[in-house]
Amino acid sequence: MNERETREMFLGEGATSGGGGGQHMFVNMGPAHPAMHGIIRIFAELDGETVVKTDVEIGYLHRAFEKDCEAGPYNNAIPYTDRLNYVSPLINNFGYAGAVEKLLGIDVTDRCKYIRVIMSEISRICDHLTCVGASAMELGAFTVFLYMIKAREFLWELVEDVTGARLTISYGRVGGVKADLPAGFDLKMKKAFGEVRQVLEEVHTLITANRIFMDRTVGVGAISGPDAVAWGITGPLLRATGVNYDLRKAQPYWAYDRMQFEVPLGKNGDNFDRFLVRMAEMEQSMRIAEQGLDGLPGGSIQVDWEGKAIDPAAYVDRGKQGKTEGLLLVPIQLSPNLQGQGREAQQRVNASDKKVVLPPKETTYGSIEGLMNHFMLVMDGFGIRPPVGEAYVAVEGANGELGFYVLSDGTDRPYRVHCRPPCLPPVAALPRMIEGQMVADIIPTFGSVNMIGGELDR
Amino acid sequence: MDGGAILARLKTKLGPRLTETHAHRGDHTAVVTRDGITEALAFCRDEPELRFDLLSDLTAVDYLRYPGREDGPRFDVVYHLYSVPHRHRVRLRVPVEQDDPVVPTATGLWPIANWLEREVWDMFGIRFEGHPDLRRLLLYEEFQGHPLRKDYPMDRRQPLIGPIV
Repeated sequence: MNERETREMFLGEGATSGGGGGQHMFVNMGPAHPAMHGIIRIFAELDGETVVKTDVEIGYLHRAFEKDCEAGPYNNAIPYTDRLNYVSPLINNFGYAGAVEKLLGIDVTDRCKYIRVIMSEISRICDHLTCVGASAMELGAFTVFLYMIKAREFLWELVEDVTGARLTISYGRVGGVKADLPAGFDLKMKKAFGEVRQVLEEVHTLITANRIFMDRTVGVGAISGPDAVAWGITGPLLRATGVNYDLRKAQPYWAYDRMQFEVPLGKNGDNFDRFLVRMAEMEQSMRIAEQGLDGLPGGSIQVDWEGKAIDPAAYVDRGKQGKTEGLLLVPIQLSPNLQGQGREAQQRVNASDKKVVLPPKETTYGSIEGLMNHFMLVMDGFGIRPPVGEAYVAVEGANGELGFYVLSDGTDRPYRVHCRPPCLPPVAALPRMIEGQMVADIIPTFGSVNMIGGELDR
Repeated sequence: MDGGAILARLKTKLGPRLTETHAHRGDHTAVVTRDGITEALAFCRDEPELRFDLLSDLTAVDYLRYPGREDGPRFDVVYHLYSVPHRHRVRLRVPVEQDDPVVPTATGLWPIANWLEREVWDMFGIRFEGHPDLRRLLLYEEFQGHPLRKDYPMDRRQPLIGPIV
């Protein structure tokens, strides 16, 4: 075969296509492509190496999250939310719990708010580490990936200490969290953050001013600020365009209004700025978590039915007034598996609304009132029953605005749960970002979007 | 802007096409009729004092078994809007009848409405008039029914499909 025939056959050039290499080629990226982070299909029409048109197909990981939530009581949805963004599941847990709490009209304890802030920020760092590490690896910087996964490992050990699991943590609860922070958490967090800071510094020296990395990312996949807003993009991608929208500042929730931190902004909205914004955000997240730990309110911060705090002395007074519930109990030794879930710990981190929060295990096992309370919450047809109404709560997830819209019909099951996945808008805008660019530019752009199949497809 | 003031602005703009408002748990909500929704959304987006430039969410609810809504329209399409410059939120709802589940599209106002509306079509079977490409988003074309409707049973099996040969 001569050269002309070869080109005609493999490149579509020559007489049959009208000459000049004008024939477009159609390429499937995914669903099972190593750079497609899970499963997604990009169907691209190419003119040579230039992307002319793309169609993005999602849904390969759809598992009926919203339908499943309708089938069980409110707390049953917590494990499902773990699987939305499986890199930062804690934020999902807390976001969903926050929506149900808003529906119920209850407030969580201060300590719980601080724990939620600390754990959310740790998750955010994990998420950014994974995103930056994976997209750097796809550009050939394998060392960066290994370093960042190493750093993430330290953080996941921390998460494991607190929640008992690495990924499917199910730590959030409506009205609180599962357990208090374990003893020695502060030292472990300090150590882990030391490691993360070192890795971030190493990564900066490795790729931030690296010629190859910059060639592949500067000016690639750019989107302007107004365009990004119109496309519904939030989070690091929006902030990389220079639009200052961070829910932690714009509509502070939990304890974020008490934290000092900056919102890193980019300028050009390209992949390089997204990388810089994520790198800077990790440092800010560590700052927030450290402040949270410094200011962590200790002691018994129980909340009664009306949402007011009761201090330990008032608790004793209740007993003296003859309100002996909880005082007649025989203290029992808890299994080590229930560490952080003893009565004192539970009272620190959970609202004391008996209609919402499960009683501590000593109470359940040690008294008939506790047992009845437990049964009333776990039996079919009972449980948490918010009044008829609807609530939308948005928290700043690692990828942007993570919203939960929950609708109650007054029964113990949510009538409707809807999740606003933060990575759906950027994936929808992906054609807008990659059309007109080179095939090779799809990879860093898709990496910077940080598509998480779990929350995208639900 | 305060949520109550936003609703008042919408009321003056839309008149009788805004049928109801509430602020349950602090979420200010306006119920708008179907013929007023395009205007309401455009007004929310373009009015300088409102400037709801971010369509933060678009979804629907099937009220088939909701207490107190047995006789009302079956669906509500729900829009959550956020304003980046003014930092306020509002929720708009459009009741849709079961016999005529059509709502005008918002793709002309926000490009993200394209995918969000495709998802609503996919899950609820509500069509969006004027949508450029109303295909299913999360499920596949051969899927039968719309699974987030309340009369779609959890355990329904779908016919197996294979590669097209």
